[in-house]
Parts: sequence; structure tokens; C-alpha cells
Amino acid sequence: MNLTEKQEEIIQEFEVFDDWMEKYEYIIDLGKDLPKIDDVNKTEDRLIEGCQSRVWLDSHFNDGKMHFTADSDAIITKGIIGLLIRVLDGEEPKDIATADLFFISKIGLQEHLSPTRANGLLGMVKRLKLEAIKHISAS
Amino acid sequence: MSNLEQKPFNVREIREEFPALRQQVYGKNLIYFDNGATSQKPKLVLDAINLFYSKENANIHRGVHFLSQRATTDYEAARQRIQRFLGARKSEEIIFTKGTTDSINLVAFSFGTTLSAGDEILISAMEHHSNIVPWQMLCERQGCVLKVAPINQRGELIMDEFDKLLSKKTKLVAITHISNTLGTVNPVKEIIQKAHAVGSKVLIDGAQSIQHMRINVKELDCDFYVFSSHKVFGPTGIGVLYGKEEILDRMPPYQGGGDMIARVTFERTTYNELPFKFEAGTPHIAGGICLGKAFEFLESVDMEAAERHERELAKYAEDMLDTFEGLQIIGEAKNKTSVVSFSLKGIHPFDIGTLLDKQGIAVRTGHHCTQPLMDFYGIPGTVRASFAFYNTKQEIDTFVEAVERSLSMLK
Repeated sequence: MNLTEKQEEIIQEFEVFDDWMEKYEYIIDLGKDLPKIDDVNKTEDRLIEGCQSRVWLDSHFNDGKMHFTADSDAIITKGIIGLLIRVLDGEEPKDIATADLFFISKIGLQEHLSPTRANGLLGMVKRLKLEAIKHISAS
Repeated sequence: MSNLEQKPFNVREIREEFPALRQQVYGKNLIYFDNGATSQKPKLVLDAINLFYSKENANIHRGVHFLSQRATTDYEAARQRIQRFLGARKSEEIIFTKGTTDSINLVAFSFGTTLSAGDEILISAMEHHSNIVPWQMLCERQGCVLKVAPINQRGELIMDEFDKLLSKKTKLVAITHISNTLGTVNPVKEIIQKAHAVGSKVLIDGAQSIQHMRINVKELDCDFYVFSSHKVFGPTGIGVLYGKEEILDRMPPYQGGGDMIARVTFERTTYNELPFKFEAGTPHIAGGICLGKAFEFLESVDMEAAERHERELAKYAEDMLDTFEGLQIIGEAKNKTSVVSFSLKGIHPFDIGTLLDKQGIAVRTGHHCTQPLMDFYGIPGTVRASFAFYNTKQEIDTFVEAVERSLSMLK
């Protein structure tokens, strides 16, 4: 499945929810299921400081593809991280660098990626892309 | 100037005056509990904004034409209304600024020039960043020393410690009247008397008190009192610095420009008198006039009854929230206003705030621009419900149910 197909799959999943609370119940469950980053690995260099919640991001490059682990102190932020990783993990740097993450607004979560929300997610996407660009320039 | 008659306090009638309260968000009736951040506006203010820009717009203080003269009269009448409301001696003591932050920066810059290295500024541990950072910047410029009076776990100023920090070196005590995060009401009258006894001036940050209680600056005897219009039912972008005339007179101008001058030549410029000395450039004319309208509205409210109602709301909310396991009320001062801040063990305030929002409830989450206070309590932030006199017990019932539902999802 490519980046676009993965996003469309998520949009379809979200279509079954009737109201906001159901949607968030699902996001919270995703957050609870997401593998944690151990406290010892929650280092300054992995931290993306938001005004409210904080995000830690770890990325590595393997066989031409990028892999990500991320965590947050807020569970809803973590759930959205889960969705972002599902879309971007295992993709090639060039696809990540240019990715249009249209699914976020399609499922009504654009507020979480707005500069005013200050939950670290916008900074996380920026850093994901910068990491990808780093690997493009290196190759 | 027209005066509305003061009516017996009736929350249903007051709500009628605030159109913003009658709307739905995410299909739910809006419950607005973020009054500490900004208040909603009464019709009197909304109509005045519309009227000003529809028919009365003109620049002030200079024009010879009808519109300009009327706008000038209205703007200055607003200043006088605010003067009367605050109990200030003269309208010259009312300086229009951009808001609380701007007022504090004005004092830090201008009054600050009269300070020397080693002079001390005393603040408290519960200050908003706006009443911390301008003083830190002043200390960097002038070599002054910032002292911080500590608080106890209940969120009250420890007066014994305050007394110890107060000395002949203290040149200014800058303290909040009411904590925006905790709701603590500080004993400002006692603080002012004690500060004056050592020859210090006192600035009261009234951003969270002007909308909750009658303020009389003459009785308080504070040297400066600052607040923002938008938290007291007026427009954003304007606020007030009250200062005693004799102190303001000795302070140099803050910003240069039009309106603040008496005569300009390339060799030398002389400055205008109070209050214009501190009001460079075209001011927020509509803002000033409509802030006057906000005070006209407030004059019609029985503020003592309104304050009792607000405190009842806070007590009611706290008693119900207290029953939740793992919930801690942050700020349990004996004398507190209608702010209910809480944290929940193992749950991030951001998550609660997001879920409450989707249930139509507006609260504030985070550090509330009081990071040192969050460090004191060892928490990343709180969920803060801050009530105004237009809020109701029924709204709190819905709010408590929504907190309960959110918790069941997050646990």
C-alpha cells in the first residue's frame, strides 16, 4: 500500500463514526496501543516541545526506508502520532519529504496540526520531513 | 452620559445580554468556562462597536470637524467613566494602553528608568509571565534585583516570607490581585501598607480582579493598577494603566510619536501632559469608547451579588469534582475567586481539555502562562474552569458529567 492508499484507508475507517466522542474514543485506543518510548530514551534530542503536550520522536533508516517510533505525554496526541506513523513508517525518504498528509483534515483533526494547537505534532511532522530530506541529500 | 439603572442580580436576565452564550459548538450548547482568558461581550458593547465604525469613526484630539470632536468627547468621556469606576482622583491618572501586559511594560520601562543597580523589585511566586518577564528585562537593563515571595501548598502568599523580603532596597512591589491559575485573592491592602512603610511603590495586576469585584484605587492606595479591557467585557486591544498623578508626572514617556508631544523641533521636543504623554500615536479609539460602555454595563450589575454568585459556582464545582478519584484541586486558598484549577493523576490536561471541547465546553488547559507556579506544584499544567457571573449551576452539572465521561474514556 502506498502513502495515498494508506491515508484513504484511514479516512474510510473514520467514516463509521457518528460523533466526535466516538472518533476520539478510537484515537485514545490507538494511543494506548502505540508502543512507548522508554523513559531513558526520552532525551532532549528526541524531544519536540509543544506548549501543552510534548512529543518524542526516534527515527532510523534501513534498506532505503525510514522507520519511526514516537511517544507523547498526552494520549490523544499519541493516538494521532499512531495514525501519522501508520502512514509514513516504512516509506522512502523522497515520498515522506513530499507527502501531503491530506487524511488529517479529511478526518477532522486538522486543529491538532495547526500552529496554535501547540501540542508538538506540527513540530513532529516537520522533523519527520527534515529527517527524510537528510537521507535524500546523503544518498 | 446615560446611566443604566442597577437591577437586582438575575443570572437569566444577564445571560440575555450576551449573544455569544447562545450558540452551539459541535452540536452542543456552548458552555463557556474560559472567562479567565477572556470574557464574552454584552450587547451594549457590541452595539457600540458597530455604531462607532458605522457612523462615528474619526480620528481624535486633532480634528476640527464634527465627527472628530464627537469621537474625542466620547473617548474622553470613557476615560472619565473609568476614573469614576476605579475611584481615581483625576481622569489624567487613567492611561489607555494595549492591555495589562502593555501597562506593565510601560511601568517597567518608564518607572524603571528611575531605579538603580541594587534596587529590588518584589513579586510573588504566583505571577503571570506578564508580571515576571518585564521585571527580569528591567533587571538586566538596570542591574536591579528581582525577589520572589513564596506561596504555600494551598496557593496563598506566605506573608511572613513576604515581610522578610521587603526592605528599604525594595523600590517596587508588583503583585497580582487575583491569581489567574489558582484564583487566590491576595491581601493587597495589607501588602500596599507594608510596602509603603518601607518607601516602596506598589503595582497591582488587576487583570483577574476588575471583573469580579468593586475596585477603589484611592481606598487601596496602590500606586499603579493595571487591567485589560477584554477580560472585563470590553473589546480586545485596549487596557488601562492607573497611576497616581504625582508618580506618572515624574516618569519619562514610554514611546514617542504623535499625540504625546507639546512641541517638536529637530533640536528639542517637549512632551504633552498626562495622560497624553503616555499615549503616542492614534489610540484604539473604538476600543476606548467601548470599554467605557463595558463599565456602563458593569454599573448596572449588582457586583456584590454577582461576586457571591461566582463564588458559589466555584464552591459547587469544587465540591463535585473533589469526589473524583485522583483529582486534585490546585489552589485552595481561603480567600479565592471563581477559578477552579485541577489536575488528574496520570492524565494529561490537554486530553481532558480536548474531550471537554468536543462536548461543547470551553476550558483552558496548560500552564496558564505561570510556568514557575506549575514547577512549584510539579505538574505540567492544569485544567482550569473560570466562571463569570453569567455562568450557572446547570452548566456546572453538565461540565461535571462531561469530566466524568472524559475520565472514563481516558483511564
